[in-house]
Amino acid sequence: MSFSPKNWIPTNLLLDFSGESRKSIYVEWSIALDKNMKILIVDDFSTMRRIIKNLLRDLGFTNTHEADDGVTGLPMLQSGNFDFLITDWNMPGMTGIDLLKAVRAEDRLRDLPILMVTAEAKRDQIIEAAQAGVNGYVVKPFTAAVLKEKIEKIFERVDAG
Amino acid sequence: MLETNDTDGSTELFSDLRETAESLVKKLDEGDLSGATSMIFKINEVRDRSIYKEVGRLTRGLHDAIVNFQIDVEKYNLPNDNENENESHMANARDRLDYVINMTQDAANKTMDMVEEGMPMATNLSQEASILKQDWGRLIRREMDPSEFRELYKRVDVFLDHANSGANSLNENFNNILMAQGFQDLTGQVIKKVIHLVQEVEERLVELVRLAGEVEEITGVVIREDRGAIGEKTADICEAEGPQIKAEDRADVVSGQDEVDDLLSSLGF
Repeated sequence: MSFSPKNWIPTNLLLDFSGESRKSIYVEWSIALDKNMKILIVDDFSTMRRIIKNLLRDLGFTNTHEADDGVTGLPMLQSGNFDFLITDWNMPGMTGIDLLKAVRAEDRLRDLPILMVTAEAKRDQIIEAAQAGVNGYVVKPFTAAVLKEKIEKIFERVDAG
Repeated sequence: MLETNDTDGSTELFSDLRETAESLVKKLDEGDLSGATSMIFKINEVRDRSIYKEVGRLTRGLHDAIVNFQIDVEKYNLPNDNENENESHMANARDRLDYVINMTQDAANKTMDMVEEGMPMATNLSQEASILKQDWGRLIRREMDPSEFRELYKRVDVFLDHANSGANSLNENFNNILMAQGFQDLTGQVIKKVIHLVQEVEERLVELVRLAGEVEEITGVVIREDRGAIGEKTADICEAEGPQIKAEDRADVVSGQDEVDDLLSSLGF
């Protein structure tokens, strides 16, 4: 299981040294997040992976890994103890929606929080993703604030549940 | 289907011709001139019939190719609303490319805005620092009187504030520049779609040219083994649509993150 209670440190015990040394444009997190959690970014465009990676670094998450579609991403998830998956939809090889379904179909990965960051904006597609068990959905082009908000919301729920 | 007809057709033509030619020789041997003449007419008739058949077959092939051309190209069209019902697929491709131009233009402008805003900040900081450095040197060399020192004391404080806020603003600008690079992903997806369309058009044109060429060598055997392959290839194109070019014109598409959030919350998210 990717989510062990040790990942969720109560706020009053959290010492965030990164905030001291580095001024970020972002406001503080309303919940305590494990900044070392292992994140997989799946997108076929390296520029988009780079943008998301940089945004996550600015949010304090440095343990990020990359894959260019579901075909390369799924084996990484199966063997890598990831805590969070951020995936695009439209990719050659294996699409993000297929990756989402494949993850939900595996016992070991079933509860992995998944955020979809995609240009796909049809209502049917968003409903399909929701039914397949996505935890959040961000349409491109997006802002840093939206990405942060969705990550926060996802982990608030995971935390509560 | 056409291929077998074709082979049968030419075999039939050959046997008909041979048969008629044999009776022609026979009639000539017998000295039956009128019989021989009618055989010559029959040979002509057999050949003409085969030409008509072949032309008919090619016309059907041409017709099929044109029909396929339209069907396959429609895949690349956005569903038309009433206004642009007559918009062609090429016009749609133009819209897509216009979108690419706008996205790249916006990104370039945003990036340049951030750079233009940041450069004077960096220059000012550097100038302030070098002036302070000179006065600091005078302090170290003990060339400074107490009133000058008090003034330097205040200036250092101000400079540190400037350095701090300047670095933060620059950091913010760098983040904005980073975000502006997102255009590459979106325009890349759109360009890929247009490339697919162009490929499709090219393949269909090649097929049309090939069919047209056959009209000249009418008895040629048409090989269309790749026909099915082309059909499969187009059917394979991912159902994902990529960025919406005219999101505001479509009811089945959300126009932004707020609508995504509304939709998801209506689903209990």
